[in-house]
Amino acid sequence: MSADNQFPQWEVFIQSKTGLPFKHVGNVHAPDSEMALQNARDLYTRRQEGTSIWVLPTNEIVASNPDDSDAFFDPAEDKIYRAATYYTMPEGAKHI
Amino acid sequence: MDINEALIKYCLRLGDDAMILGHRLSELCSNGPYLEEDIAMTNISLDLFGQTRMMYTTAGEIEGKGRTEDDFAYKRLEPEFQNVLLVEQPNGHFGNTMARQMVFSVFYYHLFTELKGSSNEKLAAFAAKSLKETTYHMRHACEWIVRLGDGTEESHWKVQDALNEIWSYRHELFEKDEVEETLIENGIIPDSASFKPAFDSSLQEVLDRATIVEVTEGWKATGGRRGHHSEHLGHILPIFQSIPRTYPNSKW
Repeated sequence: MSADNQFPQWEVFIQSKTGLPFKHVGNVHAPDSEMALQNARDLYTRRQEGTSIWVLPTNEIVASNPDDSDAFFDPAEDKIYRAATYYTMPEGAKHI
Repeated sequence: MDINEALIKYCLRLGDDAMILGHRLSELCSNGPYLEEDIAMTNISLDLFGQTRMMYTTAGEIEGKGRTEDDFAYKRLEPEFQNVLLVEQPNGHFGNTMARQMVFSVFYYHLFTELKGSSNEKLAAFAAKSLKETTYHMRHACEWIVRLGDGTEESHWKVQDALNEIWSYRHELFEKDEVEETLIENGIIPDSASFKPAFDSSLQEVLDRATIVEVTEGWKATGGRRGHHSEHLGHILPIFQSIPRTYPNSKW
């Protein structure tokens, strides 16, 4: 499949219920945002998966580079005090 | 005409329109211009078959002779089908398919909007459910007409040709005979003349956005509601009915 005979690609996010975060579910091809929404509706909400859809042009997404993962993510490894489980609960504290 | 007789015929007409168009769209399954559109058209086809089933089942219940949805779909001959000629027209190119879909969906959008207030519970429930589906079908087709009309030079003349060709078929949707008149008099269905201006302006709005200046038409299609069809239905039915006719009453 060559890229030049396809419509632009859009990333699709579905919100399953009001208030919940949108989750990435996949992508669609479409000539513009309105048709991307319709295509996303057809492909990803046929079985009542959602109540709201976002579509974003794939090429607008800024992604981290896997080569940077050492610098990006490893420094968190030895900083266990950033997790709530590091702390012991003071005696007598309730409803936390 | 007896109200029940009119109701049966009316339900069959709605069912026939939906089934033949549903079949036409099903022919495009795996032949769409691109994957997403292939799925969209197949989805619309399935919606239409769902509407067909509701109407055939309702017709069978009112008739009370034990005829099922399958009997109506598979065991009637060409002259017994009363769909409008619009829905049996070939898919042609994508512009033809979308032009046909737009005219059909815009009509049914306005019909169902009124019909959901019907005094007949079955028709009211059918219209309320189908209106949601039809609203989407209409939006899908209209958005494509806009993009094709306001697209490239080639897509513009192709969709202009498609509209010129299909325009003559829209009149039949507004035809009334004894069936419709009986139901209108008894307050069961709306008089289609009442939403003709809304239908016209919905289409005009799309044409304006699509930069289509004028659609030309030379004649008015008629006959489908009396069982007089274009040659196309004669090709659709043998394909559609071949299995039940080859193996009558078989189950799978």
